[in-house]
Amino acid sequence: MNSATGLPSIEAIVIGASAGGVEALLNILSPLRVGFVLPIIVVLHLPEERRSHLAEVFARRVALPVLEAADKTPVVAGTLYFAAPGYHLSVELDRSFSLSLEERVHHSRPAIDYLFQSAADAYGPTLAAVLLTGANRDGAEGMSQVQRRGGLTIVQDPDDAQVATMPQAALDRVQPDHILPIRGIGRLLVELERIAC
Amino acid sequence: MQSNYSGERSSEIELRLLIEAIYLKYSYDFRDYSGASIKRRVAHALSQFECNTISALQEKVLHDPMAFMQLLQLLTIPVSEMFRDPSHFLAIRREVVPLLKTYPSIKIWIAGCSTGEEVYSMAILLREEGLLERTIIYATDINPRSLEKAKQGIFSMENVRTYTSNYQQAGGKRSFADYYTAAYGYAIFDKSLCENITFADHSLATDSVFSETQLISCRNVLIYFNKNLQDRAFGLFHESLCHRGFLVLGSKETPDFSAFGSQFEPLVKQERIYRKS
Repeated sequence: MNSATGLPSIEAIVIGASAGGVEALLNILSPLRVGFVLPIIVVLHLPEERRSHLAEVFARRVALPVLEAADKTPVVAGTLYFAAPGYHLSVELDRSFSLSLEERVHHSRPAIDYLFQSAADAYGPTLAAVLLTGANRDGAEGMSQVQRRGGLTIVQDPDDAQVATMPQAALDRVQPDHILPIRGIGRLLVELERIAC
Repeated sequence: MQSNYSGERSSEIELRLLIEAIYLKYSYDFRDYSGASIKRRVAHALSQFECNTISALQEKVLHDPMAFMQLLQLLTIPVSEMFRDPSHFLAIRREVVPLLKTYPSIKIWIAGCSTGEEVYSMAILLREEGLLERTIIYATDINPRSLEKAKQGIFSMENVRTYTSNYQQAGGKRSFADYYTAAYGYAIFDKSLCENITFADHSLATDSVFSETQLISCRNVLIYFNKNLQDRAFGLFHESLCHRGFLVLGSKETPDFSAFGSQFEPLVKQERIYRKS
């Protein structure tokens, strides 16, 4: 915990987003500067058939290196990762990625819940989890696990979200550390990174 | 918060003990499986078995082999489909089949075949390419119930529409319905596809190589293994494959990060088709 700001020392950020998520993510991630040290791991729901160009789309708009998270590769600092479409993405206790084809969760694969739950196990109180706009209930269970593990929980203000269902479902389940509009979430991530350095 | 945190630790200990108990009692080795997925499967099993703790589940499966067999169904992931990733099968047809045709007889190993969808896909492809009659397919899995289902070759009609579309995109040459008979909501696949298929119990974690092969297909199995076990599996594949033999993997799997990275070269990298170098 940083005594001046009251913010914890964070080692990784996970973000979950669904309907309206591309725009929300661009708003949060494009202002980040070169040299941002924390790893950011994103599950964004997309129609499964579509071959994902997320990494390419974001690489053009974001200063950090952008990768699709590959099975059994270590989570590297300062990298923005996207979950591969069609596979669940988890973080193992040794902080490497693993993929799986278990059943869909809330009709989704990748599921935000699985990323959040596994990252909560891997990072405990040094994880920050961010849940954004979306039209289903994925992520609420994951948020609750992050909170049980002492991680920092951040939910987009449903009034600010393009689709309020997903952030609202999380708020029905947990009382997060921060409820913020997109702009505030972007600023908070920058602040968390400043403290982590 | 502190007591919560140590509570979670206990469940990690219990999970390791359960996995160890299963190994000692039943010789099924999940010790080098990826932890996050196994943890979710066991959590799911707890609700199915109505157990409050993993220790309670452990007691149950240690003393009741039937309960263990039920648990095994939950620990293995039977999510599969025919001609999954059609472009992969199209690439096999175009890039691998012409080379396979140069062999007088062919042995193919489908490792981790689950309920058989990959096996029937391969058999249909080989038949259309005129290779099935001179091919022996070994289809292996650790789960006896999955193998039994694979042998029967009966799949729910619900999924057949997807399979048909996959088959067409994979370069299928006939009507997919030629390969099955529909009855009571099920598609019963042509038995003659199975004449040269041997279904067998085999574990990539504990068993060794049983035959020389020209092609090995192991798709969406290795993602459930940690690096150690992936290395073991790649070692078995390398040993089993003939000179310049083919290894085909799932769409997110690669030998690149394994101890055998330099021993396989990509033939069609995008479709995860490799050759022993």
